[in-house]
Amino acid sequence: MDNAVEAGRKAIKGLTNMLPVLIGVVLLVGFIKTVTPQSLYTGLFQQNQVLDSLIGATLGSFLTGNAATSYILGGELMDKGIGLLPVTAFLVSWVTVGVVQLPAESILGKKFAIIRNVTSFVLAIGAAAVTVFILGLLSV
Amino acid sequence: MNPQNRQKKPKSSNTQWYFLSVVALTYLVLGFVNYDIVFNSLITSKNIFLKILPALGVIFAVMMLVNYFISQKTVKKYLGVSSGVKRWPIAIISGIISTGPIYVWYPLLNDLRKKGLGYGFIATFMYNRAVKIPLLPLLIYYFTPTFTGVLLGVMISLSVLQGLFFVQLEKAGVL
Repeated sequence: MDNAVEAGRKAIKGLTNMLPVLIGVVLLVGFIKTVTPQSLYTGLFQQNQVLDSLIGATLGSFLTGNAATSYILGGELMDKGIGLLPVTAFLVSWVTVGVVQLPAESILGKKFAIIRNVTSFVLAIGAAAVTVFILGLLSV
Repeated sequence: MNPQNRQKKPKSSNTQWYFLSVVALTYLVLGFVNYDIVFNSLITSKNIFLKILPALGVIFAVMMLVNYFISQKTVKKYLGVSSGVKRWPIAIISGIISTGPIYVWYPLLNDLRKKGLGYGFIATFMYNRAVKIPLLPLLIYYFTPTFTGVLLGVMISLSVLQGLFFVQLEKAGVL
């Protein structure tokens, strides 16, 4: 019983920690959606799969925060007509690459931290490509 | 308590509240400049929030279950003592079920590293931390269950690939 209460307490704490960021992001996305024209997104993403994936993965690598934020941003990018490939690269790099956390990760060894982040960046694009490829096969 | 054994507790941060305050303040200031934009932004935000609200309920339930069944001690126990091929699925599962911010895990991983855990398993563990079970309902909501399933499968496979790459680097003396 005590464990269940403790688990509930931790879950409430986790959600409470997450909510301000989530509400803030939703408010920001709401604002950005209202004031930015469609052309801004189509301007940033060039409709070139390789280049767009690089842009998506780079954005995800530098932005940081709860994964839920990336899902909301990714979903809204899709609504704006951005392709699944760059959005997937964005989602994966958000959670696997941490440029901001690199100094903290260096506790495990500077070389390890740098190589892990570089390979994770490359793998984010790879993961996106393979995922979209498999989804394409499944939809045939 | 022996001072050497005393671990530094991460300071609790209010960054998330500062972030929300800055956004709210921006809305307030903009409201004086252009009320229509703020009003339309709030309507759009409300619609987005209503969209994700059901997923938040599921997230809470899954978070509670994860907290009930899994602790950092459990992860440390399995990741630290297992050996051989068994370590790969353990690194994957430990990464998936581990909770909390990543910086909380750095000292523990460093500790396990000193006790002989290879970089390959650490890399696999860290890659799988990207798979957030409590947040899956939100991912499914935005990107369909098929997309979520395929992406998770691909990421788990790539985590092992990255781990194997680090095993080779370690063998070659690069790390």
